[in-house]
Amino acid sequence: MKKTGAEILCECLVREGVDTIFGYPGGAIMPVYDALLEYPIHHVLTRHEQGAAHMADGYARASGKVGVAFATSGPGATNLVTGIATARMDSSPIVCVTGQVHAHLIGGDAFQETDVTGVTLPITKHNYLVTSADEIALVVREAFHIARSGRPGPVLIDFCKNAQMEKVEFEYPEKITLPGYKPPKHAPVSELKKAVELIASAKRPVILAGHGVLMSNSMEELRMLAVKTQTPVSMTLLGLGALPASHDLSLGMMGMHGEAYANNAIQNADLLLAFGMRFDDRVTGTLRTYASRARKIQIEIDPTEVHKNVDVDVPLMGDLKAVLTDIIPMLDEYDHEKWLKQIAAWKQETKERSILSWQEDDNLHAAHVIRALWNATSGDSIVATGVGQHQMWAAQYYHFDEPYRLITSGGAGTMGFGLPSGIGAWFAHKDKEIWVIDGDGSFQMSQAELTTAVQEGANVKIAIMNNNFLGMVRQWQEFFFDKRYAATPITGPDFVKLAEAHGVAARRITKPDEVFAAIEFAHETPGPVVLEFQVEEEDSVYPMVPSGAALDEMMRRPIYKSEQQQVRR
Amino acid sequence: MQQTLFALVENKPGVLNRVASLFRRRNFNIESLNVSHTEKPDISRMTIVVDSEGVDARKVEANLYKLVNVIDVQDVTRQPAVARDLALIKVKADPEQRGEVANLAAIFRANIVDVAPDSVIVEITGTKDKIDSLVELLRPMGVEELVRTGLVAMMRGSEVGIRHTPGANGNKPVNIN
Repeated sequence: MKKTGAEILCECLVREGVDTIFGYPGGAIMPVYDALLEYPIHHVLTRHEQGAAHMADGYARASGKVGVAFATSGPGATNLVTGIATARMDSSPIVCVTGQVHAHLIGGDAFQETDVTGVTLPITKHNYLVTSADEIALVVREAFHIARSGRPGPVLIDFCKNAQMEKVEFEYPEKITLPGYKPPKHAPVSELKKAVELIASAKRPVILAGHGVLMSNSMEELRMLAVKTQTPVSMTLLGLGALPASHDLSLGMMGMHGEAYANNAIQNADLLLAFGMRFDDRVTGTLRTYASRARKIQIEIDPTEVHKNVDVDVPLMGDLKAVLTDIIPMLDEYDHEKWLKQIAAWKQETKERSILSWQEDDNLHAAHVIRALWNATSGDSIVATGVGQHQMWAAQYYHFDEPYRLITSGGAGTMGFGLPSGIGAWFAHKDKEIWVIDGDGSFQMSQAELTTAVQEGANVKIAIMNNNFLGMVRQWQEFFFDKRYAATPITGPDFVKLAEAHGVAARRITKPDEVFAAIEFAHETPGPVVLEFQVEEEDSVYPMVPSGAALDEMMRRPIYKSEQQQVRR
Repeated sequence: MQQTLFALVENKPGVLNRVASLFRRRNFNIESLNVSHTEKPDISRMTIVVDSEGVDARKVEANLYKLVNVIDVQDVTRQPAVARDLALIKVKADPEQRGEVANLAAIFRANIVDVAPDSVIVEITGTKDKIDSLVELLRPMGVEELVRTGLVAMMRGSEVGIRHTPGANGNKPVNIN
């Protein structure tokens, strides 16, 4: 049966299981929008295309499915760029479809024409320019396959308007052939044996669990291996939830703002097992002194990530789940009693220090608010964040016992990610309460999407940690630029009035004893709610590994209870 | 030290752009890059020479595999391979000097493919070193224009080049036949 290119696109999206699309219409994509009305797919109109890309990303991270964003040509497409780059850095599977001018006009600077495949080439996993209707079915199939398989990532389809309108015979392609795209699955047994030997001889092993554990759904395999070999597990920001935070073997987050015991364990380890993580500079500190006594095993699906920042002794190229499944039966049981005792002592030291550093005054502290939020929600909501101090405090004080619960921009560090990604996550889990933990700076970058939340009735509770500063940059200025606060003081709107202008219930919280009631209020009120927490202006995130320092050269939490001085170690 | 790799890629629009963009993005310094058709119409072949100062062939290979259109990559540096470059050299030569150019060309088994009143074009095929030597010898006479194809390389017999990351594109070495 003959169908237009636009109809074929929709047919293929339905077959890929797409039920929600985030986007913004415009001239060059009108035929697609027209066709979409006839298909059982819900379209979410965002207020900016960047929001659409972030929503698709948040949807993908919360659901494990591919998120889809639509935009028109030219500015519509270029507005997606930050969202695509964000998805790329965090290996999030999204497919973006952009309208493009008529194929015969390409290159002629037509109205709203931009070379979108050119612009997005370095930030997509792959992209396509579709100039005729008979290409679209195969392209959509390939795009979804590429986005979700191997190391996932964003794929863009630039769809010429003539191709959207042309009518061609539609036949769904049952098979795709991609001779150049065969992600590895199992690692060779000879290499597995080398890894088993290293594990057998290790006295102080540590597992580094990254986003790959979640992407490959290997949480159970990770737990089995950790328990069998009694190896403690530290997680990257994006790996949080890979092992429950409450698990005995969990060391929580590693890196620049990781807990001291996690970083100490890594620096003193004699074996690191890197599972689906890429030794990003935010987790290693200076490479010169990084885990210098440790042999390293890395299980990785992307060949460019092996030996990139850190030389590894045994690289195991393959799908994490397959490799772990292969290697677990080859391993003996170990107890590592001495090592775990040492780590327990470090943990205890941190625990005591945390109690001493907990400020008990009448002011609100963002970290305390987030801890209260964790308590009040029983750790059971999905948390989306912006980027900055509040993001790190969310990672530290909202303990993630489940995977896919923290939606945050790690690699790209994209401010403004919180609200749209939270809305996207809600479409993946409408039964859940989504908490957007945001900063006043991050929130203002994408606050237009509040209107989207209202139009969609999205159950997102927005907790703004308002310190009237771009807090993380301010913190760096305090530590490294003699407190010269260049361009970091920021005036926000009256967030309560802003919310009310949207018909959104809102409260301002200024005292610690109002926190729980406010969270309860948000919980009881259906739909979006804004809570503005006026928090201490100059709090800093600790511990902190200054950039360029060794991972165990941390600025520890100051102790307030004994004396008001910063204690550094 | 230079390293030579070849890549088999899908013959689709934009693939050269993807490879070039990748090298720029990863800051790989390309000495030469040659692209051409192969015995199969749907596959193109690229011969890539990188300056190994700061870049190793393994890294180039791994990055190439990140491109969906790249089918196979082999490192032929110091392998039993035939590697050839072709150069056209326009040399200033009036009728009296033509003889000397012709002599030099003959020693290098190069051909004179065009003769104009005050210049000739010498065509030479060979290894990079051989061509460099001839160019140096012709330079005092006045080299007016020089163009080179960049290296092309092929393994001898049934030999294959080095695959640094076995399994990077599927778990078995790729057999394109």
